[in-house]
Amino acid sequence: MARSTSKDAQDLFRALWSAYSATPTNLKIIDLYVMYAVFTALIQVVYMAMVGSFPFNSFLSGVLSCVGTAVLAVCLRIQVNKENKEFKDLAPERAFADFVLCNLVLHLVIMNFLVG
Amino acid sequence: MLLLPRMSSKLARSLLLLLFAFSICDAVALPGPISDRHRSAALELFAPQHGSFASLEESYEALRIFEILAVREKPDVRATTCPKVLENLVSSTPLKDLFYALKVNGILKCKVNGDIFKDIASRLKATVKDAKTLIDLYYSIGSLLLIKDQASDVDVLLADADGTFHSIKALSQSDGKWRYTDKPESSTYAAGLALEALAGVITLASSEIDQSRVNLVKNDILKLFDSIEKYDDGTFYFDEKLVGGHEHQGSISTTSSVVRGVFAFAAVTSGKINLPGDKILGLAKFFLGIGIPGDAKDLFNQIESLALLESNRISIPLILSLPASVYSLSNKDQLKVRVNTVLGSAAPPLTVKLVRAFSTVAKDSAVIQNKDLKYDQNSGHHVLDVLPDKVDVGIYVFVFEMVLHDADGEKVYATGGQIHVPIYVTGIVKVSNAEIAVLDNDLGSIETQKTLDLAGNDIVSLSANHLQKFRFSFQLTTPRGHAFKPHQAFLKLKHETKYEHIFVVGNAGKKFEIVLDFLGLVEKFYYLSGRYDIELTVGDAVMENSFLRPLGHLELDLPEAPTSKAPRLPPLAVDPYTRYGPKAEITHLFRTPEKRPPTQLSLIFLSLTLLPLIGFLVGLLRLGVNLRNFPSSAAPATYAILFHLGIAAVLVLYVLFWLKLDLFTTLKTTALLGVFLLFVGHRILSHLATTSAKLKSA
Repeated sequence: MARSTSKDAQDLFRALWSAYSATPTNLKIIDLYVMYAVFTALIQVVYMAMVGSFPFNSFLSGVLSCVGTAVLAVCLRIQVNKENKEFKDLAPERAFADFVLCNLVLHLVIMNFLVG
Repeated sequence: MLLLPRMSSKLARSLLLLLFAFSICDAVALPGPISDRHRSAALELFAPQHGSFASLEESYEALRIFEILAVREKPDVRATTCPKVLENLVSSTPLKDLFYALKVNGILKCKVNGDIFKDIASRLKATVKDAKTLIDLYYSIGSLLLIKDQASDVDVLLADADGTFHSIKALSQSDGKWRYTDKPESSTYAAGLALEALAGVITLASSEIDQSRVNLVKNDILKLFDSIEKYDDGTFYFDEKLVGGHEHQGSISTTSSVVRGVFAFAAVTSGKINLPGDKILGLAKFFLGIGIPGDAKDLFNQIESLALLESNRISIPLILSLPASVYSLSNKDQLKVRVNTVLGSAAPPLTVKLVRAFSTVAKDSAVIQNKDLKYDQNSGHHVLDVLPDKVDVGIYVFVFEMVLHDADGEKVYATGGQIHVPIYVTGIVKVSNAEIAVLDNDLGSIETQKTLDLAGNDIVSLSANHLQKFRFSFQLTTPRGHAFKPHQAFLKLKHETKYEHIFVVGNAGKKFEIVLDFLGLVEKFYYLSGRYDIELTVGDAVMENSFLRPLGHLELDLPEAPTSKAPRLPPLAVDPYTRYGPKAEITHLFRTPEKRPPTQLSLIFLSLTLLPLIGFLVGLLRLGVNLRNFPSSAAPATYAILFHLGIAAVLVLYVLFWLKLDLFTTLKTTALLGVFLLFVGHRILSHLATTSAKLKSA
C-alpha cells in the first residue's frame, strides 16, 4: 500500500508539473517572483523566532514588504492571465504599470516604517 | 489627674497672652529721630561711580542729603560735576536736565557766566507762557526760581503771573488732586508738583496775585488732606489709588511730593493753613518709621521731607523716643526719655510728664501717676530718677505727655498728645524652698525627701518604683515679694536611651508643685526602666535669672512590657542639622537594554535572506528569460532605458531615505521622480502595447 501511495504521489506530482509547464512563460516569471518573496518572508520569520522580536517594527516592515509585494505580484498574474475572462479588456502593460506604481508606494511606506 | 492642672495652666497662659496683646495694641516701638545710621546709609547709597554720579538728578539728591545731614566725609565731586552742569546750562537742553543742573549749581556754586543765565531765563519765560503740561510748568518755574537765587541781576519775573497761576489752577480737581494735562488721569503726586509750581508763581509774580485765588488753593490743600491715609499708630501718609498711569509713584514719593508742595506754598503765603498738628506729626512719624531705606531715591525723599518738616510754618513735629525700653530693677536703672525735632536737633524748652503707668495685666490700676521727669542738661535726657516701690517685674505701659514751657508753643509745635510706650521691667526672681520627695502610695507617706538649693550646684540621687509617686516643689518670689508665674516652668525626665518626657509645673500662688504618679505613667514612659536624668527649666522675659538646671538622677523601676502589647518606641528626634548634610547618592537605574542577538547570527541570516534572490535569478535564467522585446528603434529605446533608470532612481532614493534622509525630502523627490516615471513609463508601455496589438492583428 505504501508503494502505491508513493507511486500515486509521484504520479500526482508529475501530472501537476506537466500541467504547470503549459502555463505561459510570463506567468511562470511572476510565480517565481512570488516564491522568492515568500521565501524571504519565511527566512525573516525564522530569524525572529530565534532571536525575539525586539525591534518589532523592523520585523514587521521586512515581512510585510515581502508579503505585500507577493500580493501585488499575484494581482498582476490575475490581470495578465489571458484565460481570465474578467480582465480581457485590460492591457497587460497597464497592469504592469499598476504593479510598478503600487510596489513603489508600498516600499516607501515600508521604508518609513522601518526608519521610524 | 495630672492633665487638669496642666490644661488650666495652659488656658490661663493663653488668656494672659490675649490680654497682653490687646493692651499692647496702641503701644508700639517708637521710631527715633534721624541718627548717624542715616548718615552712613547716605554715604553708602550715594557713592559716586568713578568720581561722579550717574545723572544730574542723582548728583543733586546726593549733594542735598549731604548738606541736610551735615555729613562730614562726603565725597568731593565738584571737579567732575561742574563741567556736566556747565554743559547742560544751555537753552537747548531739555527742561528736566536744566532744572537739575540749576539745582546742583545752587549747592556747588560752579563758576557760571552771567549771560548764560540771561539766555536761559528768557527761554524759560517763553516756555512758561506756552506750556501745556504740568510737568513743563513745574520744571520751567522751578528753574526760574533757582536762577533768581543764583543770579540776582537777571530778570526772571513773570509778566502774566495771573495767567500762569490760572492755567495751573485749572488742572486741579474737586478732591484736591491735580491732573497732568487735559487728559483726565489725576494723581496726588501731581498735586504736590502743582502746589510747588504755584508757590513759585507767587514768588516770581511782578505784581501781587489776587488773595481770593490763593485762598482757593488753600482750600484745595485742605481737601487733599482729607484723602490722607493712616495707620493705627497715628502715622499719616499719602498713596496713589491709581496703579499704573503716568509713572506710578509709591507712598514715599507721593507723600514727599505733597510735603514739598504744601510747605513751599505755606512759606510764601501769609495767613494760616488750618492743617491739624497731629496730621503733620503723623507725616513725620511716617518718614521716621521707614527706618533706613535701602533705595537711594527713598532715602532722599525721606531726608528732604524731614528737613522741610523740621522748620515749617504750619506745625513743627516733636519726637519723643526712649534709648532703652528695658529697665532692670537689680541694676537700679533710670528711666530716660529724649525729645528732639525730626532731624535730631534740640527741642524747645518743655517738660515731659509721665501721666500714668499701668501693668498690662491690670490695666485699670495705675502704679505711677502724674510724675514730671527732670531734665538733665548734660545728656539732654528727661529722667525719672527712681521707680516707686509699687513697680514690680513685668510688662508695663507708660503714658507720656509733653508740656511746652512757652504757652504759644502749642501753635508752633505738634507734640502728639498722650504717647503710650511699652516698658519691660526686669529683676531677679528668688527661687527658694526646693524639695524633692518620693512618696509611697496614695496616703503620701514619704520614703525619701531631700531639700535642694537651686542656686547652688548640688544634685540628688533617688530611686523609685512604679507604685510610688514623685513630688517636686519650689517657690518663686519677685523682688517686691509677690508671687510670680513665669512663662516656662518645665520638669524634664530623660532616660539613658535619650527618650525624654516634659511636664509643666503648675502653681498655687507662690508655691510651684508637681506630682508624678508612676503607676499612670508606665505606658507613657514606654516601660523603660533605668536611670532618668531630671532637669528643671524656669524662664520668663522679665526674669533676669532664668535657668535650666539639672537636678539629679532618678532610678526608676518599671514593670516589664507585656509581650502582647509590645510598646512601639517612637523614633528618636534626629539631630536637626543633619538635614543640611549631604544626602545619600542616587544611582540611576537605566532601563536594561533589550537582549540583542550575537552579530554573527544576524549576519548569517542576512546572507540567508539573499539566497532566495539568487534562487529567483537562477530560475529566471532556467525559464529562458530574454530581452527580445526590448525596442530597437531610438526613441522607444530611450524611453525604455529611462523607465528602468527611473525605477532604479526611486529605489536608490529609498535606500538614501533609510540611511539619512527624512520623510519630507523623500516625499518631495519621490513626487518628482514619480511624475517623470509616469511620463516615460506611459510612453514605453503604450509603445509596447501598440506593438503587441499590431502583432496580434497581423
